[in-house]
Amino acid sequence: MTTQSLPQFGRSNGSSPSAIPAVEARSLTKRFGTNLAVDNIDLTVMEGEIFGVLGPNGAGKTTVLNMLATLLPIDGGEARIFGYDVRSQGHAVRQLIGVTGQFASVDENLTGRENLWMFGRLQGLSSKRAHSIADDLLAQFDLTEAAHRPISQFSGGMRRRLDLAASLITRPALIFLDEPTTGLDPRNRNQMWDTIRDLVAQGSTILLTTQYLDEADALAGRVAVIDRGRKVAEGTPGQLKTQIGTSSLRVQMSEAANTGAAVALAADLTSDTPVVSPTGSGFSVKLSDANQAADVLIALRNHGLDITNATVEQPSLDDVFFTLTGHESETPIPETEANKS
Amino acid sequence: MTAAITVPTTSSRPTARTVQTSVPVRDALRQITTLAWRALVKMRRNPEQLVDVTFMPVLFTVMFGLMFGGAISGSTAHYLPILIPGIIAMTTVTSCLAAGVQIREDMDKGVFDRFRSLPIARIAPLAGPMMADLARYAIASSVTITVGVIMGYRPGGGVLGVAAGIVLAVILGWSLAWIFLWIGTSARSVGAVQGMSMMVMFPLAFLSNAFVPVDTLPGWLQAVTRVNPVSHVVSALRDLMNDGAVTAQVGWALLGCAAVAAIFIPLAVRSYSRQV
Repeated sequence: MTTQSLPQFGRSNGSSPSAIPAVEARSLTKRFGTNLAVDNIDLTVMEGEIFGVLGPNGAGKTTVLNMLATLLPIDGGEARIFGYDVRSQGHAVRQLIGVTGQFASVDENLTGRENLWMFGRLQGLSSKRAHSIADDLLAQFDLTEAAHRPISQFSGGMRRRLDLAASLITRPALIFLDEPTTGLDPRNRNQMWDTIRDLVAQGSTILLTTQYLDEADALAGRVAVIDRGRKVAEGTPGQLKTQIGTSSLRVQMSEAANTGAAVALAADLTSDTPVVSPTGSGFSVKLSDANQAADVLIALRNHGLDITNATVEQPSLDDVFFTLTGHESETPIPETEANKS
Repeated sequence: MTAAITVPTTSSRPTARTVQTSVPVRDALRQITTLAWRALVKMRRNPEQLVDVTFMPVLFTVMFGLMFGGAISGSTAHYLPILIPGIIAMTTVTSCLAAGVQIREDMDKGVFDRFRSLPIARIAPLAGPMMADLARYAIASSVTITVGVIMGYRPGGGVLGVAAGIVLAVILGWSLAWIFLWIGTSARSVGAVQGMSMMVMFPLAFLSNAFVPVDTLPGWLQAVTRVNPVSHVVSALRDLMNDGAVTAQVGWALLGCAAVAAIFIPLAVRSYSRQV
């Protein structure tokens, strides 16, 4: 007889967050041969938050996640999940987590419903209860029609949804999502984002990895930026943006000949050196204060320098990434390539 | 929710869940049978996986019976009582070879990652398919006996003797499969598993008394066949099926199977845990 009490579906999050962090990692290190894949990373994820691990391909995000999920041995440092040591109490940790990997980890030979039933049975549900939870999840993830089809006939988006559903059978307290939207089309991507937000609203804690800066920005309360196995920054998306400062003003001149004069004016009014656009027909300049945008535009008007367009841009996490690591984040690679790595 | 009154508010919180430190035996058994169910569904949906336990025994029985019967025993009819138990043992050995290949293929798939992340007995993904494979060994020996009967084999041990023979064959398959599971969990690729398994399978099946009388062999080879557990199983099958006699050979056969299991279960579990 199992003594594990399963939480109710749609468990409320009315209680206050506990003092024990959902994830606490100290000096986490992983070595593959001579390659230091994860280098002394500290992470703390509090209960009830969405924590994003952001970084380009090969930065070590998946390795961090696999170590925390007991899927890879930890070479150095220590990690605790809700206070349980990942290294010595793996079995306890596995009762508290759900893992959704980059590649659908469901059985190709079974139907969607059979998969969910099997995972429910493996986790101690009665056959009847496993069936009813499977049906609930299929409905919740819009998979009822495909319930009796083998997974091999599922689309990429359907597989991802089923995969996430399979991680939620026992409503784990902490859910690891490894690049949950890589390879999804925009519609499925938005659906996945909504689902993730719902899970947190229902009381789950989420640690997700992503190589999409906008995804971290849109979902995560806090973000750790990882590059080449090291943590290079951590904070709220807002804090990371302020760390590199400021918004910038982008101006398009109606006559390229005037760009030089306009740049000189902008340089006088801001503390930044304006950057002339590649075509020479405009420039952009960093602002220490958004009001400087008006100063620059008024000066241009007073000098009779006509513009066709002007925009004030918030710093993006792309800028953050560039500032922190000194190199561009890699362009998201197409799905087929991503699936090979 | 009434529970909230009697239990501190933290009780509904995941951190306060009753977390087990190990898997109770009953849970482990349910996990194993669930994964055996998965393997059986897979078998049913990919019937081509059953070729080695259906068509192969037919082919071997007909081929060996007609080819070697005259040379070894004077006629096919005289050879069948010697041959059928031999074929049963051989098809059992060849059909448990698939266990290693299957576990290797399984471990390379995404679904295995999920098994590893679940709070289940570490042995369950290994033991589940092993349980389902018992059906394969039963099919292989039943097909062999049926073909034998069609060709004129009349087992003197009757229904009981034949049933006991099938049970023994299933035990043989289960114990030998651990050797192939060990290979499957240690080798890096399906190709390597197949190659290494062949190298184990042929001596196991042929360096035995399955097809020829042992006294025709050179002395050193006789010694080899005597330590091969398959030889003892073949002798025991002949005693059970042809004479309906539970002889000392049955005991030696069971002991041999137990010895193989005792050696290779720890090896297989160790190399499996190292990879997961």
